[in-house]
Amino acid sequence: MSGQILAIALTISKIFLTLAMAAAASRILRGPRAQDRVIGMDTLYVNAMLLLLVFGIGSGTTLYFEVALAIGLLGFVATVAMAKFLMRGEVIE
Amino acid sequence: MGRHSDFGTARHRLEPGLIGSIGLLRFKTFYERVHAPTLGTTMGLFTILAASMFYFSLAQTRPVVHEILIGIFVTTTTPITFMFLVQATLYRDRFEGSDPLAGLSVEQPQVKTPHDP
Repeated sequence: MSGQILAIALTISKIFLTLAMAAAASRILRGPRAQDRVIGMDTLYVNAMLLLLVFGIGSGTTLYFEVALAIGLLGFVATVAMAKFLMRGEVIE
Repeated sequence: MGRHSDFGTARHRLEPGLIGSIGLLRFKTFYERVHAPTLGTTMGLFTILAASMFYFSLAQTRPVVHEILIGIFVTTTTPITFMFLVQATLYRDRFEGSDPLAGLSVEQPQVKTPHDP
């Protein structure tokens, strides 16, 4: 019974997070200016990281946690680099 | 599978990420849109991390707290990235001649542009 509740909760979580990723991807495609696309990508990677954590709960292995940590690190660096590019026109001066 | 206590978190944890992304989709201007994803990076993240910590602690019958790493890292870096982004957007808007802070009566801070001497 409780395992069934957990399975239902995980399925709902995956559906909601996929919808959130779709909304972020739609903002990337539609975004009127570059900064809208950058913030859409930031939201997209955060949601992907959360989806990986949910997958990790479902599978019971800690492998997904390490992937989520790597996505968090690389996404931060990518967003900061793009914000710097929007500000200055180049990433490394 | 686990016992009863992890399911409350499991059920309620998903809404903030979705609400944040819908807000990102529906707000009109960039300066409004910048607020919305922080719902997903604070409450959405914390609830999922709490559920993961509960689940693995119960499944392995020992405290599993390494999810705190992601929590600390994402809560520290999200304000930094958004602050950079808003700074860049303000600079670009002013460069194009449409200052979003133009009508305000407060004394305007001078954004230092890289091309100023």
